[in-house]
Amino acid sequence: MITTNKPVKPASLAVTNLVFIGRSIRHSLRNTEALLMAIMLPVMLMLLFTYVFGGAIDSSGDYVNYVVPGIILLCAGFGSSSTAVDVSNDMTNGIIDRFRTMPIASLSVVTGHVVASLIRNLFATGVVLGVALLVGFRPTGSLVDWILAIAVITLFILTFTWLFAAIGLVAGSPSAASGYGFALLFLPYLSSAFVPTDTMPTWLRGVANHQPITPVIETIRGLLTGTPLDNSPWWAVGWCLLILAVAFIWSISSFRKKAGRR
Amino acid sequence: MNQMAIEVSNLRKNFGKQIVLNGINLSVPAGTVFALLGPNGAGKTTLIHILSTLITPDEGKVRVGGYDVLTQQDQVKQTISLTGQFAAVDEVLSAEENLIMIGRLSGLTTAESRQRTVELLKAFDLVDAAKKKVKTYSGGMRRRLDLAISLVVSRPVIFLDEPTTGLDTISRRALWEIIKQLAKNGMTVFLTTQYLEEADQLADRIGVINGGRIVAVGSSEELKSHVGGEVIELLNADDEVIHTIPTSGSIEDISRTLNELVRSVPVGTRVNIRRPSMDDVFVAFTSNAKETMHA
Repeated sequence: MITTNKPVKPASLAVTNLVFIGRSIRHSLRNTEALLMAIMLPVMLMLLFTYVFGGAIDSSGDYVNYVVPGIILLCAGFGSSSTAVDVSNDMTNGIIDRFRTMPIASLSVVTGHVVASLIRNLFATGVVLGVALLVGFRPTGSLVDWILAIAVITLFILTFTWLFAAIGLVAGSPSAASGYGFALLFLPYLSSAFVPTDTMPTWLRGVANHQPITPVIETIRGLLTGTPLDNSPWWAVGWCLLILAVAFIWSISSFRKKAGRR
Repeated sequence: MNQMAIEVSNLRKNFGKQIVLNGINLSVPAGTVFALLGPNGAGKTTLIHILSTLITPDEGKVRVGGYDVLTQQDQVKQTISLTGQFAAVDEVLSAEENLIMIGRLSGLTTAESRQRTVELLKAFDLVDAAKKKVKTYSGGMRRRLDLAISLVVSRPVIFLDEPTTGLDTISRRALWEIIKQLAKNGMTVFLTTQYLEEADQLADRIGVINGGRIVAVGSSEELKSHVGGEVIELLNADDEVIHTIPTSGSIEDISRTLNELVRSVPVGTRVNIRRPSMDDVFVAFTSNAKETMHA
């Protein structure tokens, strides 16, 4: 039978989201290069910073305890940047027209990519921590500290992923999306991720101390290794929520705008 | 009850300064096949995008299934399915996964989606490739899958935007058979095409669109007769048409025309009498030519 006469009620928002999350996870698992990269990159970076740069940056041999939060964020940044390409791919392909003409919340196609990115990156974070422990990372945090640290990391990944999703929605093509996203990936280097900011020239120190990545790094570092937290957690959460809100609203409005233009 | 599946009046759409649709009036009775015929850039896809709620009209009333595309989008979306110009399939997934995904999104349960998927894979001759990634499919297979996806649940109105563009003859004919079957099952089919033969074969009524306006509407017979009655074609030794002359078809008119011509044409010229083709219709309505003569 080509046609069917069965009347159906439209899918609920929950089902729609679940279906799109499942789709994006399938996409992630089938994109073997990206998946391999998501696992290899944390391992390579961890080893690189511990054994190659570590000795020069901090000769006491304790650098691994300093650098772990930075590598977690660097990997999360890289990992979530592929969301821009995934979203842009969908938006420039005919499939988005099909989703848009169905009686569903079609923005869920983006939500699917965001959730898949969250899962991918939490997994990558686990890999970073695993390798870190193997090469001498000795965290001192309590269980509560760990839970809070993971919550902050999750919030950070979510924030960056939505930002990349917005970039993917705005970009005219997947390769443009990849290009715009690349610029953001330099932010962790201009923070306290790899070296303390007071080793930087004054003008750069100002930038590094007041950009969103530094408080996030300091919060994770403080929770896991007991360095002073000061106001960092508030700044970290505040920055993330602000960027998340902007990225989310930007995503929704560019998704709608694209609908009217094409 | 609404007898018109699609009603468009005075529809206008601009993209910036460019006028894409310049006052479209159109109605398609439920259960019929309507073909929108026109050259590239005539506004076919824009019209389909407006009818399927993808873009909004600047001016005019547009109703699909009796629902307004601006104020009743959800109801319109439950009435239609769209098969766009570029196969709207997920290339990373298999045919089976694509169909199940759309089934779930359409509100079927997983079990119902699976069952429907089996039916559609069979009906569209995709059983062998069901588990392969769509990336590996040929153009014809993609189009078939695309159409199958549009039919996962039954929507009374289906839009097909250039359904056979880029397909080989065999795939095209296979797709035509499917479209004819849809019509037989009572669906309203609205398709766009650049191919005259396609419109001729499939449509109950044909609209010719050019420069953002519908320049003619009617059955293929009506359009052909509008262009003129029968024509006398003069063919050279290579079977190329060298002259086309309208005729009433009566023996007096034909013999008089031929008597006038016999001295002025090369030796060996042959004569063919035929009804106007869709080509003539197309040329007549899309160019400003006053006559259908061509060298």
